[in-house]
Amino acid sequence: MLTLAYNELRRRTGERDRSLREKVMSLEAAAALVPDGASVGIGGSTLSRTPMAMIWALIRAGRKELVCARSITSSEGELLLASGASRHVLTSWFSQGIVWGVSRIMRLYTEGNRARFEEWSHMAVGLRFRAGAMGVPFLPMRSMMGSDVVAQLPDTRQIDCPFTGEKLVLVPALNPEFALIHVQRCDAYGNAQIDGLPFMDLDLAMAANRVILTTERIVSNDQIRRAPDQTKIPFLTVDAVVEVPFGSAPHECYGLYEPLFKHLDAYAAQLRQNPEEGIAAYLERFFYGPKSWTEYLDLLGLEELLDASRRGKSIYDD
Amino acid sequence: MRAAAERAFMTTSTTTYTASELLAVMSAGLLCDGQVVFAGVGIPLLAATLAQRLHAPGLTILFEGGTIGAFVEPGKLPPSTNEQRCTRRANMVLSSTDVLLLLQRGYVDIGFMGGAQIDQYGNLNSSFIGDPQHPTSRLPGSGGGNDIASLTQMIVAMRHEKRRFVKKVDFVTSPGFLAGDNSRCDAGLVAGGMYRVVTDLGMLGFDERSKRMELLALHPGVTADQVQQNTGFELLIASEVPVTNPPTENELAALRHLDPDRIYTA
Repeated sequence: MLTLAYNELRRRTGERDRSLREKVMSLEAAAALVPDGASVGIGGSTLSRTPMAMIWALIRAGRKELVCARSITSSEGELLLASGASRHVLTSWFSQGIVWGVSRIMRLYTEGNRARFEEWSHMAVGLRFRAGAMGVPFLPMRSMMGSDVVAQLPDTRQIDCPFTGEKLVLVPALNPEFALIHVQRCDAYGNAQIDGLPFMDLDLAMAANRVILTTERIVSNDQIRRAPDQTKIPFLTVDAVVEVPFGSAPHECYGLYEPLFKHLDAYAAQLRQNPEEGIAAYLERFFYGPKSWTEYLDLLGLEELLDASRRGKSIYDD
Repeated sequence: MRAAAERAFMTTSTTTYTASELLAVMSAGLLCDGQVVFAGVGIPLLAATLAQRLHAPGLTILFEGGTIGAFVEPGKLPPSTNEQRCTRRANMVLSSTDVLLLLQRGYVDIGFMGGAQIDQYGNLNSSFIGDPQHPTSRLPGSGGGNDIASLTQMIVAMRHEKRRFVKKVDFVTSPGFLAGDNSRCDAGLVAGGMYRVVTDLGMLGFDERSKRMELLALHPGVTADQVQQNTGFELLIASEVPVTNPPTENELAALRHLDPDRIYTA
């Protein structure tokens, strides 16, 4: 149920080196921090600021049995299931995206009982991370009641409010062992600045027991200190910093690049023909084949990356 | 019928449109200037944007990705409500949890969603077709749907087909009036509820007491029998069932300008 007793939560946090120290490492070194079976909170949402490079590295490292939690799960969830890295996805919505129809991989794995898609409402996922961030074991909320979503979640409780007598649902804190979060920039200590939609990433960072940041670029601590109001994730929650340009590709990173739509269309088409063979071939070509992230970007292609960059940066045009 | 009355223009019989375009225009007509609407992706996003461009310039559109006051650009529809395109010219971005909490706090007038399957009490299913333990088909799930339907007045836009309009949904993902009468309120959902279901055949509402679905208006050329035949349960039929005005050239032109590639209106 991913909720820790408070003394255990405090003990784990107490053990972490929270000092102002450099945490820069390679993608491979960061992936090695995450053991098989770990619970992993994934930042961003749908096609936005997906920590794709970190997921790519975990899949390449042959990670197994990860329990993955994300607000909304897109193609990265399909790749986590099909690669065998995860058999349990906790999320509110799971498909590549509405324009590509219902995920055939999600269907195959869940209908065949090869994987679990644990469905919570979007706000419930958010409040679970928030409770985790607050260091409390649950939060009350007013949606989900009366629905079958809550009926099939044993880890919820319905109560009558001790103050007002009103019915409320309690959702348990979610304190994942790891948070994987991709940002536009951060310093070597992990002070992270996020442009655009923040999704649940601050709560996720504060809820997790360890945070692995991937970043489009590493900037100096001086630069961070010139605009501390732009820092969204505090360094003391962060355990690893990895610089990965285009680290969300083929998904988007706000203000820098939009989704690589041609690539995502081709991916969807390949899966539509034969989901299992299609995704196996995709994993082979784009995940296991390249020697490095740079080679992966080479495969995505300069033309698409440039086009996505042009579209991404256009958000700042008048 | 307010939507019909507001659409004052008559149109020529030569106007042609797709079922999705009809859905978008008819549901846009239900949104009023000054409202705060929480719109899902697809037809709702498009229809809310259309209303904003046509008759409701002061409509405030929220997306669950965290956008307040969206102003989506023509030809740049987002693939979900979580991408940067959603934030263009918006008033604010905030965390997705906080934008959903605005629903719980009561700041939202209308929730606006599509639907895969609906029943006579307006319960929506976007999770499982068949037995949830052994589903024929696993669907993508709630997203923010459950939260929106639990916490505010709802407009649902969907295709009118017998397999989609069923007596009882296989799984209640997003609550309507649950088992009718006061059951929604008794379950703890003290605010909101289904307001309108807009389909390609007509406009439906819910009986005030029993909370059963009721046919309120027909789109041009559609009969009440035809609606009943495409519905898997017995519909209540209002004493007077007016005919809606078809989409005007102006409305269709505005809609096609917003979605030139027919991403949501194919």
